[in-house]
Amino acid sequence: MTDQAVDHEIGRARLRKEDARLITGQTTWTDNIQVAGLLHMAILRSPLAHARLTRVDVSPALERPGVIAAFSGADLAEGLGSLPCAWPVTEDIVLPDHPPVAVDEVRYAGDPVAVVVARDRYAAADALEAVEVDYDPLPPVLDLEAALAEDAPLVHADKGTNRCYTWPLATGESFDAVRERAEVTLKRRYHQQRLIPNAMEPRAVVVTPIAASGEYTVHSATQIPHILRIMLATVTGIPEQKLRVIAPDVGGGFGSKLQVYGEEALALAVARRIGRPVKWTESRSEGYLATHHGRGMIQDVEIAATREGRLLGLKVDLLADMGAYLMLVTPGIPILGAFMYPGIYKMDAYEFNCTGVFTTRTPTDAYRGAGRPEATFAIERIMDELAVELGLDPVEVRRRNWIRHEEFPYATIAGLTYDSGNYEAATEKALALFGYDDLRAEQRRRNERGDTVRLGIGVSTFTEMCGLAPSRVLRDLRYGAGGWEAASIRMLPTGKVEVVTGTSPHGQGHETCWSQIAADVLGVPFDDVEVVHGDTKSSPMGMDTYGSRSLAVGGEAVHRAAVKVVDKARKVAAHLLEASEQDLEFSAGVFSVKGSPEARRTIQEIAFETFTSHDLPDGVEPSINAETVLDPENFSFPHGTHLCAVEVDTETGKTRIRSYVCVDDVGTVVNPMIVEGQVHGGLAQGIAQALFEEAVYDDQGNLVSGTMADYLVPSAADLPDFVTDRTETPAVDNAMGVKGVGEAGTIASTPAVVNAVVDALRPLGVRDVRMPCSPHRVWQAVRAARSGAAGDVEGTGPAQSGQSGQAAQSGDVGQYDPSGKEGQA
Amino acid sequence: MTHIKVNVDGTTYEDDVEPRLLLAHYLRDRLGLTGTPIGCDTSNCGACTVDLDGATVKSCSVLAVQADGGEVTTIQGLARDGEWTALQRAFHERHGLQCGYCTPGMIMAARDLLRENPRPTSDEVRQALEGNLCRCTGYQNIVRAVLAAADEESASGRDEAGPGAASGQQVTEEATA
Repeated sequence: MTDQAVDHEIGRARLRKEDARLITGQTTWTDNIQVAGLLHMAILRSPLAHARLTRVDVSPALERPGVIAAFSGADLAEGLGSLPCAWPVTEDIVLPDHPPVAVDEVRYAGDPVAVVVARDRYAAADALEAVEVDYDPLPPVLDLEAALAEDAPLVHADKGTNRCYTWPLATGESFDAVRERAEVTLKRRYHQQRLIPNAMEPRAVVVTPIAASGEYTVHSATQIPHILRIMLATVTGIPEQKLRVIAPDVGGGFGSKLQVYGEEALALAVARRIGRPVKWTESRSEGYLATHHGRGMIQDVEIAATREGRLLGLKVDLLADMGAYLMLVTPGIPILGAFMYPGIYKMDAYEFNCTGVFTTRTPTDAYRGAGRPEATFAIERIMDELAVELGLDPVEVRRRNWIRHEEFPYATIAGLTYDSGNYEAATEKALALFGYDDLRAEQRRRNERGDTVRLGIGVSTFTEMCGLAPSRVLRDLRYGAGGWEAASIRMLPTGKVEVVTGTSPHGQGHETCWSQIAADVLGVPFDDVEVVHGDTKSSPMGMDTYGSRSLAVGGEAVHRAAVKVVDKARKVAAHLLEASEQDLEFSAGVFSVKGSPEARRTIQEIAFETFTSHDLPDGVEPSINAETVLDPENFSFPHGTHLCAVEVDTETGKTRIRSYVCVDDVGTVVNPMIVEGQVHGGLAQGIAQALFEEAVYDDQGNLVSGTMADYLVPSAADLPDFVTDRTETPAVDNAMGVKGVGEAGTIASTPAVVNAVVDALRPLGVRDVRMPCSPHRVWQAVRAARSGAAGDVEGTGPAQSGQSGQAAQSGDVGQYDPSGKEGQA
Repeated sequence: MTHIKVNVDGTTYEDDVEPRLLLAHYLRDRLGLTGTPIGCDTSNCGACTVDLDGATVKSCSVLAVQADGGEVTTIQGLARDGEWTALQRAFHERHGLQCGYCTPGMIMAARDLLRENPRPTSDEVRQALEGNLCRCTGYQNIVRAVLAAADEESASGRDEAGPGAASGQQVTEEATA
């Protein structure tokens, strides 16, 4: 008899099944794939942010050694449609055409202008320089506010405007009304700098055609093989059933591989054209131009409150940088945040407006958290300002406004229903772990002494809507697809189990966690379960992995499929044991008859009996396999309290994180080791936004931070040890009680760190420091405050933004600013 | 074309290569040793780190011809007879990887550290791995893993380059953190 599982699997820190191949170098990254006759594709990109293409001549490239083919945009236009935007957020949204290779006009530095295919990657890269292109420069469009002016130069001249859409939301009382009766109002401007996602594996795609039958296999470093298949069929006209998309081992995504990229369509189009397999792999610097960016918003935030610190209302006006084109979900990213600005707080009025703006920069799209980190930053920054205004401790002002644990489920002002949570418990635990009172005492002493190195303490709470998403909600948001997830379980004749999932992991450990879930329900050994994913042929249905959805939707689907297997097996077991189903018990993988424990069959035995089908009950099909397609009833709402202590050297501007404590509540935990790892990684990315990273453009629209040497992805030496802990308040809208965890750390850490930096400097008169709080910016803020220039109460920093080309002329180029006049007020 | 002779992970290869061919591409595209990935083009990320004649190098910054006559060890050459090194085990047991793309380079760099400094402090580990970027883990479990491997090796007195101390030792099923 096969062994049965002894222990419950849920909650065990199982080591990962994925690791063996990864730590021995036996991984299948897309770029590893070799196929007979493989050709390499290279892409010539515009060096200008905005220009008319007056001539593209690829013929000289064809003379170069090893070159097989070369194409301009016009050459490829036939049979290759516009790249898709699946989230037209308003009825009157401006949807520009987006050819994978530019035909008439380039609209960002990096926009493709020609394609070369050669026998090896070096030959392809060499031949690019032979392509002749004439550009007629057009003015770049870089400043989000200036772009909306009447006479602004246009990114898409045929559209007559740079305004992509305006998306409003107003709930509760009118904000104007609560502002009237408020005793305190505060208005701030925050800047979400552009970020470059930096998944460690660069993007890559390999297309293998069978020309005779018109079949294509696409290997891609993607988070979304299933969505990609549908979209590539649409863009290229290749029938969906002739396309197989495989996401092999994928080296991180963070949203950057939640995309349908031009290069994927191009590799497919070129492979179809020349009938040979084609590979394209981006270099890192190429990826900085060609892989979508994240964030990029100006946030005008206003709150109204009473003197006691009770929030009355919140008003948010966003300008969101779309970049040059709308990619898969570009316009929807700020809208994912729209519902999260109220955070964990109660209030009477909420107004939100977002205007999407086209600029001549690399398109933006999902980056870890996608709209929700921006929302959390805004509310958590201004809550700190409110605390200062009222002379309250920042924890206290939050406590006076948050939803109390006994109030769940709670219908928020933004229209969501938070199913569960316990903000009090998470906060108390975090404060204790952090030693909050002691740190405050030390801070007071040091401020009184006038230390040059100041201690700052930053608080952030957060919640997020994740587990994307109930399909009807997506309909209401005008998203182009549903939010379900599929899972099926195959009980093999030998008693082993295959779990087929529609999620597509790229570091999250689904093979391990889904095995735990299936083993737990079925009562089979963890090692007997194999998880199949990421191939549209073997896992034909799926909505893939993003938005902290995989466990809450995909894992839950695995759970339900496993329950169905047990239900089907029960019928067979009852027949074989000559008992009624009601008299059967199922525990640890064994069906037994109540009262006669010797009458038992394991689920593996049932699998074999079903395989032979020699003795099945009448009317029962010879399979106990089961499939579930789950549409979630609600989002899930993890939450947490994050505390950060920084040491800020007021003479050098250098910030050092002294301690970081977070207590997250992600509901029921399947694997605590993996959850901790997700939180760690999220923290690193959120801290990176606060302190290190920014995609900097000059006033001509060139990406200045265009290589990994110029863009500061933090290393181990830049980050501290984190103290992470959890409270566990199960979700109520799924059977497992799970919430999402992938984005949690990223969402809460950015405001916690910036709040700490500002807290350290506030006694010197600093009101804000714009992200990233690099030494230069901190030093400038301190200097400006000391010279008495820190008087700008309305906003934070210059009206022109880090999104802004003109601002670059006025000195606002972040850590590259040579003029030193970017005083933060 | 230049003729080179390189020993990689115990096997000697002779090839004619373009003088400009990067060692990383030689390993990956010519030898099919794709365990060494490439993560950037400015030698910042360290994903392609290998051992060349006893010193770690970023193989994207070395020409294949520079390895002529040399010995290269990659992540694929560490385990012997299927038995992982202490570092490989520690990365597994301490959850020192998620997507795993940086892991080969991270392990090769950590191996170099432990050769030079068998009992590093946590800060020394962080400094030593500064040239290897990870986007998934936040580094904390990588540091834990390196410290755990150092502990194990100093307890066993075995060289990290060799297989783990307790021969045939089963990898534990659950994290020890």
